[in-house]
Amino acid sequence: MSRTLVSVPKTARAGEVIDIRAMIAHPMETGYRMGPNGQAIPRKIIRHFACDYDGEEVFSAEFHPAMSANPFVAFSTVATKTGTLTFRWTDDDGKVETASAEIAVS
Amino acid sequence: MRFPLAFAAAQLCAGIAVAQEIPPSERRSGTNFMSAETQAIQADDGSNPGMLWVLQGGSLWDEPAGASRRSCASCHGEAATSMRGVAARYPAFDAASGASIDLAGKIDQCRMTRQHATSLPRESEELLGLTAYVGHQSRGMPIAPPDDARLDAARAEGKRLFQTRMGQLDLSCSSCHDANWRGRLGGSAVTQAHPTGYPIYRLEWQTIGSLQRRMRGCMVGVRAEPFAYGSAEFVALELYLAERAAGLAIETPAVRP
Repeated sequence: MSRTLVSVPKTARAGEVIDIRAMIAHPMETGYRMGPNGQAIPRKIIRHFACDYDGEEVFSAEFHPAMSANPFVAFSTVATKTGTLTFRWTDDDGKVETASAEIAVS
Repeated sequence: MRFPLAFAAAQLCAGIAVAQEIPPSERRSGTNFMSAETQAIQADDGSNPGMLWVLQGGSLWDEPAGASRRSCASCHGEAATSMRGVAARYPAFDAASGASIDLAGKIDQCRMTRQHATSLPRESEELLGLTAYVGHQSRGMPIAPPDDARLDAARAEGKRLFQTRMGQLDLSCSSCHDANWRGRLGGSAVTQAHPTGYPIYRLEWQTIGSLQRRMRGCMVGVRAEPFAYGSAEFVALELYLAERAAGLAIETPAVRP
């Protein structure tokens, strides 16, 4: 089940700077905590986040254990052409969650 | 002379035992006590993490479950119309069990008796998601407790529990949330304890949680033994809290520090 929330303007003028926000439901378990039974809770975090604009990467970030659960990323890019923004979150196991949004540029 | 003195003494004792209730004109949602930054997280659906659970609840709403292979939507249709205002009038009286029931309890009951599906545990992602989704449909509507005489006994019990001192610290809910809501405790605002935005995304929890989880946190804080999830005591407290917050707007999913 997809648990992502991305916010991209539906329309923009060419050359305009647009704000993009992306959030994903994820525990971001650090691996440093103990469970009630005294055993370490295995680490489970998102390692890499990237955003492609019509196939070209415009933003990426490395995530680390100190980040909160359900990480929220905000960044900006320049609207160049009508197309699709694709978001990818890659976790420790290599599992990839994706989301996408369309933007119309005039 | 003897009578007025005795009366004054009784008044004084009553004043110590039971704090003054907050007059309706001074009622304020917990949102008003938060920093501007936290308010901004809640106000924008693109940054409110509670919306992740609303989204999940939305897909569960349409998903067939249990032996009936029916989804919530099979009977209730579009939640935006059928569930609008429902959260505002919960907890309500449940004729089937002859007792009051809260929204999460009602959703689970519907699941078991109508969908013939397994019960969802309290605080499970699925039940929180569905409760957040149903609660979200009433966002902006005033809390409107039902005028139902069958709820009176439980509501009075809730009020009694709210004003009962408990735990090693010997504090009642009322000691803080009626008498000292303007104050701060360990740097945090005490607030008036109005259940306007449940389930809430609490930054401290880093997840969404129910009103009962929040109340259990307070009970552990005063070093009392918390009531069980879904217990009659908690539903009674929820009933009283809804009456106490009548008229305040629903904010589900709210964000709290």
